[in-house]
Amino acid sequence: MSENRKIKVLVCKPGLDGHDRGAKVIARALRDAGMEVIYTGIHQTPDDVVNTIIQEDPDAVMLSILSGAHNALCPMIMEKLKDNGIDDVLVAVGGIIPDEDKPILEKHGLMGFQGPGTELKEIVEFVKTNLKR
Amino acid sequence: MGYEALIDRLLKGDTRAAARLITIVENDIVAAEEIINLIYKHTGKAYILGITGAPGSGKSTLISTLTNIFVEEGMKIGIICVDPTSPLTGGAILGDRIRMKKHFNTNNVFIRSMANRGQLGGLARATEDIIKILDVYGCDIVIIETVGVGQSEVDIFRSAQSVLVLLVPGMGDDIQAIKAGIMEITDIFIVNKMDLSGADRKVSEIMQMLELSMNFKYDYQNTNQKSANIPKWIPKIVKLNSKTGENFENLLEIINEHKAFLKETGVIENYHLNRIRNETLQILKHKLTKKVEGLIHSNTQIDEYIRLVMDKSMDPYSMANLIIQLLGIE
Repeated sequence: MSENRKIKVLVCKPGLDGHDRGAKVIARALRDAGMEVIYTGIHQTPDDVVNTIIQEDPDAVMLSILSGAHNALCPMIMEKLKDNGIDDVLVAVGGIIPDEDKPILEKHGLMGFQGPGTELKEIVEFVKTNLKR
Repeated sequence: MGYEALIDRLLKGDTRAAARLITIVENDIVAAEEIINLIYKHTGKAYILGITGAPGSGKSTLISTLTNIFVEEGMKIGIICVDPTSPLTGGAILGDRIRMKKHFNTNNVFIRSMANRGQLGGLARATEDIIKILDVYGCDIVIIETVGVGQSEVDIFRSAQSVLVLLVPGMGDDIQAIKAGIMEITDIFIVNKMDLSGADRKVSEIMQMLELSMNFKYDYQNTNQKSANIPKWIPKIVKLNSKTGENFENLLEIINEHKAFLKETGVIENYHLNRIRNETLQILKHKLTKKVEGLIHSNTQIDEYIRLVMDKSMDPYSMANLIIQLLGIE
């Protein structure tokens, strides 16, 4: 593909927590870094997330979860992506992710784990350096 | 690179193939050319509906409710949502999906967000190509949501068969603001949020405007006597509530009426001719601009002209004419 290709990122909040200020701040930081950011809003089911990924074909997906349901939601999303043959999308999760859960999520192919206090430029850099295509 | 495999899957209605082809077409104009060349003969089945209006007038919500009805009728719907690219950073927030949440899991609805990437006019460069991909994908209706528009973002009428413009009560004198641009290309005026006070007044304001103006959509390039023979569609007005679905039956009736009008009067042929003419013009502009840009930075002859202009022994217009001669297209 041509080298001036824009990075397209999906920012979304799976599950039932309704606090999306963090997700919006990240969406804006990525926008300011010149990326095209789709924001889908709160209360997304794993099917919602996967169908959006299929249709929008983003380079990266940033999941924001503060509710503690990451161990249930994230593996479901990864499983459904695999079922659909999608393996070239960077999937990251951030929010409140306890250290002991990170290896479990890593095993499912998730990355990132940025929590409160992370520098925005760090997140931008993370997306840029971990793209799979 | 060969795109045949993806296109084969697209023809069978494969969603991932459609999404991937859209990505390619959006990012790579050379590849777009190859892909459109291969799929063009399969296009022409979808009805194209354009939705435009000021930011916050309810375009996404209207599309969501409309899509509900179409899907219940068993149709497959493609939705293209265009949002603006930041002129400062080149980034964009695409947020139209938020209002269309209930369709995320419907097999018959394909929603795609795109940034306009600096193109003026309310659409993006690749929008025309994406319409074609969704057409081939098997969509019965392709709905295009433009960026929230102001006065003169009228590109949508060159792409869509029916143009719906959303207005809301209480936005002051916006009829005045839009009368020179959007007013002339609208097929159906929608006064959304009809539960707010002032809805009836808005309807009568539009009516008054319509009595004074005419719709140029079907003959915008032929304002000569030829156009007198082309039947005119008198734009319809409907007030409704996109959140509750109130009065949507009226909107559907008017959309069907407009569809029938285009077909019965033969105006649809005019639309197709104009659409192709305009699309070709856009492609030519793009290609020629590229060519001229290449020339102006690399041609030594032009460097000499520039020096002549600097010495005041030639003016920029004369130089432009000489460059056109260099291009060999006059």
